[in-house]
Amino acid sequence: MDGYIGIGVFFVITLIFPFLALIPARLLQPRQPTPEKLIPYECGVDTIGKNNVQFHIGYFMYALVFLLFDIETVFLYPWAVKYGELGLFALVEMFVFVGILAVGLWYAWKKGALTWK
Amino acid sequence: MHNGILYLVTQDIREALLPIAGSEIIVNLTIMALGIALMFGLVTGSALIFTLLERKVCAFIQVRIGPNRVGPGGTLQSLADMLKLMSKEDIVPQGIDMWLWVLSPALIFVPSALIYAMFPFDDGVIFADVNIGLFLILAITSQSVLPFLMGGYASNSKYAMIGGMRTVAQMLAYEVPMVFALMGVVMLTGSLKMSAIVEAQTDVWFVVLQPLAFLIFMVAALVESNRPPFNIVEGESEIIAGPFTEYTGMRWALFFLAEFANLLSISIMTTTLFLGGWHGPEFLPGMVWFAIKVMIMVLVYQWIGWTFPRLRIDHMLTFGWKVLLPIALVNVLLTGIGIYVFNWL
Repeated sequence: MDGYIGIGVFFVITLIFPFLALIPARLLQPRQPTPEKLIPYECGVDTIGKNNVQFHIGYFMYALVFLLFDIETVFLYPWAVKYGELGLFALVEMFVFVGILAVGLWYAWKKGALTWK
Repeated sequence: MHNGILYLVTQDIREALLPIAGSEIIVNLTIMALGIALMFGLVTGSALIFTLLERKVCAFIQVRIGPNRVGPGGTLQSLADMLKLMSKEDIVPQGIDMWLWVLSPALIFVPSALIYAMFPFDDGVIFADVNIGLFLILAITSQSVLPFLMGGYASNSKYAMIGGMRTVAQMLAYEVPMVFALMGVVMLTGSLKMSAIVEAQTDVWFVVLQPLAFLIFMVAALVESNRPPFNIVEGESEIIAGPFTEYTGMRWALFFLAEFANLLSISIMTTTLFLGGWHGPEFLPGMVWFAIKVMIMVLVYQWIGWTFPRLRIDHMLTFGWKVLLPIALVNVLLTGIGIYVFNWL
């Protein structure tokens, strides 16, 4: 349990640290905003059209496939830890589980979810 | 039972403090504070050194001299850079999402620094040796996707938005092969504890038993930390600086700090998981061996970064999903069969 308390304290300090780094910078830096300076950067010209551009579905498919695979890996890790002790059962289990993963990957591949459009 | 130098020093401090402080809790808190201070010193100090090292290595590979004006041989260059970044105007562009925009550079530092708590630097020298160490490291590093997306979305700039989306796509594509590659290491060790993983490499380093996993991990680690040749995120020739486009001064420096903290942490992870951690011949202490291996890995990662041209985003995603992931799955199968046959013999 000690370790987790340490990590918790560490986490809080990593959250505070960036703001501590910003304070001395705040004292040193000038601030003279002009309207031109505050325009979002677009290669030196005024921005054209809306800035919050919409994105095509390609990104979404990648994210969806990732979600499925990542959940599967979470399930595989406890199995990997106990692999040495379980013997033949773990070996058979492995072929079943990796087989399911391979079929899933093959399906996503054939459906074109892994192709950049 | 442990004989790491820092571990023995810690024990001496503990014994010296106990009569003064009176209670166990105060002593533990003091040691914890010392550990955190050391870790932050390591992260920020290494960033200062690596900015210079990066430019020197880059210059060496491109047959240039590199920075040589500030201080003897350019050694004070990173201090000058730091002062310059601190005194730079902090521009807050119009139309931004204030909360997300301010939080993004702050939050990017958290996962980069927090994983140092789980790294074994020497025998017994580990800040928090928890029983799910490796899994916790993977969980924390995968959070570093969010600040990029936040920064990209909040900046109200097209380049930042595209950069943020690309970061997410690339990090997701390479996280899966990386997690699968490390599964081989876990199967051989039978534990997720970082100290146990190093302990299991006393006789044979895992780079010998898991060469495929080692290569997959190296590629995936470069992608996850946005190092060149995979720094699509800030591909200067395409999308300016990606999610960092609208950030200036100290806020931008925080992204930079996280990047160098990541360079050190992927080198430490490679060393710990595949190159035997602090193990080495007896004539040097474990910590020195650890430092040597980590520095070699830092130089190797920089060497790779400055040798290969940057990849295109669609090529990279295709490589991650269609090449690395099947290889990583095969690696899990081979490791499983290998361990079974080895136990059966």
